Amino acid sequence: MTADGALARGGVVRQQAGRRFPIGRILSYVLMIGATVLWLVPILFALYVSLRPYAETSKLGYVSLPHKLTFSNYVNAWQESDMFHFFLNSVLITLPAVIITLFLASLVAFVLTRVNIKINVALLILFTAGNLLPQQVIITPLYRLYLLIPLPHFLADSGLMYNSIAGLVAINVAFQLGFCVFVLSNFMRTIPDEMYEASIVDGASLWTRYWKLTLPLVRPALAALATLLTTWIYNDFFWAITLIETGSRRPVTSALANLQGQFVSNQNLIAAAAMIVAIPTLVVYMLLQRQFISGLTLGSTKG
Amino acid sequence: MASTVNDASPAVAQAPKRRRRRLGRLTKKEILVVLGMLAVPVVVDLAFVWGPALASVVLSFFRWSGVGGLHPRACRPSGGLIQDNGCFTGVDNYHRAATNYPPFWPAVEHNVLWLLVFIVIATPLGMLFAVVIDRGIKGSRVYQSVLFLPVMLSLALIGIIWEFVYSPNYGLINTVIGHNQDNNLIDWLGNPHLNLWAVLVAATWRQAGYVMVLYLAGLKAADPALREAAQVDGANAWQTFWRVIFPTLRPINIVIIVVTVIESLRAFDLVYIINKGSNGLELLSVLVTNNIVGETSQVGFGSALGVVLLVISLIPISIFLYQNFKRKEGR
Amino acid sequence: MAQSSTGSGPGAAGHAVSRRGLLRAAGIGAGALAVPGLAAACSSDSGSGGTTKGGGSSSKITFGSNYSDPAPKQAFASLISAAKAKTGVTTKINTTDHNTFQNNITSYLQGTPDDLATWFAGYRMQYFANQGLLDPLDDVWDKIGDNFPDVAKNLSKGVDGHYYLVPIYNYPWVVHYNKSTFASKGYEVPKDWDAFIALCKQMKKDKIVPLAFADKDLWPALGMFDILNMRINGYDYHMKLMQNKAAYTDKEVTKVFDQWRELMPYLQSGANGRIWQDAAKTLEAKKAGMMFQGTNQVAAQYVTDKKDIKDLDFFAYPAINPSFGQDYMDAPADGFMMPKKAKNTAGAKKVLEYIGTKEAEIAYLKYDQWDVGLAKDLVAPTYNDIQKKSAQMIAQQKAVAQFGDRDTDPAMATALEQAIQKFIGEPTAGMISTIQQSLAKQAKSIFNG
Repeated sequence: MTADGALARGGVVRQQAGRRFPIGRILSYVLMIGATVLWLVPILFALYVSLRPYAETSKLGYVSLPHKLTFSNYVNAWQESDMFHFFLNSVLITLPAVIITLFLASLVAFVLTRVNIKINVALLILFTAGNLLPQQVIITPLYRLYLLIPLPHFLADSGLMYNSIAGLVAINVAFQLGFCVFVLSNFMRTIPDEMYEASIVDGASLWTRYWKLTLPLVRPALAALATLLTTWIYNDFFWAITLIETGSRRPVTSALANLQGQFVSNQNLIAAAAMIVAIPTLVVYMLLQRQFISGLTLGSTKG
Repeated sequence: MASTVNDASPAVAQAPKRRRRRLGRLTKKEILVVLGMLAVPVVVDLAFVWGPALASVVLSFFRWSGVGGLHPRACRPSGGLIQDNGCFTGVDNYHRAATNYPPFWPAVEHNVLWLLVFIVIATPLGMLFAVVIDRGIKGSRVYQSVLFLPVMLSLALIGIIWEFVYSPNYGLINTVIGHNQDNNLIDWLGNPHLNLWAVLVAATWRQAGYVMVLYLAGLKAADPALREAAQVDGANAWQTFWRVIFPTLRPINIVIIVVTVIESLRAFDLVYIINKGSNGLELLSVLVTNNIVGETSQVGFGSALGVVLLVISLIPISIFLYQNFKRKEGR
Repeated sequence: MAQSSTGSGPGAAGHAVSRRGLLRAAGIGAGALAVPGLAAACSSDSGSGGTTKGGGSSSKITFGSNYSDPAPKQAFASLISAAKAKTGVTTKINTTDHNTFQNNITSYLQGTPDDLATWFAGYRMQYFANQGLLDPLDDVWDKIGDNFPDVAKNLSKGVDGHYYLVPIYNYPWVVHYNKSTFASKGYEVPKDWDAFIALCKQMKKDKIVPLAFADKDLWPALGMFDILNMRINGYDYHMKLMQNKAAYTDKEVTKVFDQWRELMPYLQSGANGRIWQDAAKTLEAKKAGMMFQGTNQVAAQYVTDKKDIKDLDFFAYPAINPSFGQDYMDAPADGFMMPKKAKNTAGAKKVLEYIGTKEAEIAYLKYDQWDVGLAKDLVAPTYNDIQKKSAQMIAQQKAVAQFGDRDTDPAMATALEQAIQKFIGEPTAGMISTIQQSLAKQAKSIFNG
């Protein structure tokens, strides 16, 4: 039985569960394999089209046997859009934004869940609700605000929040903060109080309880959030186009938009470009996946 | 699998938990530390999110194109093409939205439908994926990665992917089922009775992976000792999950609920990239966008739509969070 | 914004300038072409912060461009390098993709804009001029005025009568077809509505989709509305409607939709879900007989798809109301404007003075096989048959409109576009009257507050 083969590695507990309910196991496999295939088909199809010359698909349609598979769309997309330059911009925006957001959010979440101050609920609602606002609702006042706030020239050569990478990082942090506070505070709430009691008895300071105790315990959540944040901030187009005026300072999403074109668009080329653009998020995911999949759990890290 | 058994925390299984221990009085130094921890994030959030949001509430009572300043006087009728700008219109924008803006009510309806589909299908599906993966079936890493893929892709790519799938003459579905000729084609994205469902398939495709990852992180954080304790008692997997694990995941379940609501109300990009949210794909946030971001924008009117969106999402979520907190505090 | 042209359009009088002269002028442009667009995109120093204030002959300007497609980008780069050779002004191009540029224009002009920017003629330009976001270019036009026919001059003026735009090209909205299809089936170009419908019927019988049609992007079908309105009710009425001086409940508008209903069976079905590129592909594949759209799109698509552009031809939309014949069409013009916040205005004007010449248009058109220049008597040496015919046809018009979304308030244009999608989905008399009521009501609140 395949199920048994899998069970052998599953440890004592899982073995018991599995042996008792092989039907459940089989259903699980059917579900997961079916879903995986369904989820992959659209992506693989786009990948397939991106590997075909435009002239061919525009003649035969997308669903047709290939006469020729080629990376030329990828090469052209890379060169035509000056993608490397825009990748660097994206790194400059995404990396600081993700780190700052997670750091600030974990501070707030820790205070909200582990320090008993009066305005806890109000703060939580402030952050969570701020996260409900669509970007478009705040953009006009924000834009005016950005034109008013001066920045020192070492941070922004525009001398303003507007049209500067620093300004872009700031709004990404502000905008994602609410969500991260909300998620992290809920994760921190799952930590048993007993663990804190023990550390208080040991005389651990507030900061130690945050840095040494809480952060390691919420690492799965931090990893999951880091993945999501990277994806969102890296793929953000809205802030980038409304708050950055100089085209060459924008992130890689705008390089994609440049390829999309005014009228004539070569869908195969854009698909190829979009595939390239997706690679960094995949890498980040692969790197962080281990953090939340390999079961970093309360039991194993305590102490 | 690193689910190392650890005997150090056996007592946790005895639900319900003990009353949450107040951490006692804070010393002066601790107060300073707390203030230091909160200051920057609170200021950033107030300045860049809430400030502009409240300004938008003010703007919703004005007629304003985004050019020039606001004037505290009533609007004058114009007659021609060029309109009075930056003037006070009272609740006119709201009145117009409700009575004289055809996409408004369809948008409300579609947002509700979107929410229902997420609650009934997308979110439970994502949770199911997470639970199955968490049980450690063979190849779980592959499933997890694939199911999360859509979340990671840029909007541009997602737009193209579904254009390839739904395109009437050249698309995957119509070609495969042989409905790509002009006399029999299925207009997935153009038929107003069909296109919302077509888009909801794409939205579910993305939402399920998103929920899965959040939930998976929650499951991983759940104490394995619980499971073991339950299973030693002879409970099966199904019972273990519902009776033991699910209740301890309450905070994570709250995250999932709130995320579901937020995502359905904020839903925007998929329909925007398809046809700017018209012809059966109207959604509130797209209407906000169409009015605020654009060549000659109606910032006041768009802000009014934004306020409507804000209010209908804020009220239930605030009540929910408040209740939830109260209960927690009271235990 | 009267655009009553008297017919002295571009290309009307043919070859006034010697071809050799033109070629030489174009050669200068080509020689200096060192992909400035790309170079500009790579340098990461400040776009507008660091420009010099004055306007010396060796000054620098920045140019905000929405020419993001490869071909227009190349054409624009050619124009700019020719401008540098001629004026000594160095131009840094700041490219933003077309849609983003357009959506962002309000904040762009109020933020830290470039010294010059690409834009469109018509109400779209006048709106921003009215808000005081553009600088008048009257002194530029004093120098370049003689290079342009009156149509182009009128296109470039704001409501206040001052100039705010220097145009570069325009293109006609016409009915495209493949010569080979018409030749092999013996079809003839229809002059009036009856012939048009008869041709459609014949095509249907021949198992060809008479008219390729797509409206997923919302704007393409607006062209159909424009042309039907101009054919049935004339240019003046069309502009009145666009300018909110006529009502959408008028019987004139009913007539437009009724006429459209008659054509509906011959338009490719499922238009609301199809992007126009796919509609163009059915024409390319000869599965469709005709397609009504701008040459800027259909001809450009033929070039992109490497189809035989020599097989592509077009005719003016058939006459409907004999009193207006084929006198009008949409011929949108694109050009350049100077933001009020421009820093180096002297340098910018110098560049504009060059752009407003025939040789500049020729430098641009070397890389553009679907648009036509607006300068008086221009026949660029690189023109293909499509461009020659376009120039001639535009010159013959009694007046040209810009386009539904360029002649009216964008909010109104959006309302109209959405109404048209509803009509396409359900082309019934009941729907027409619902649409008309709703549009009239919306116009009231959009224009009056």
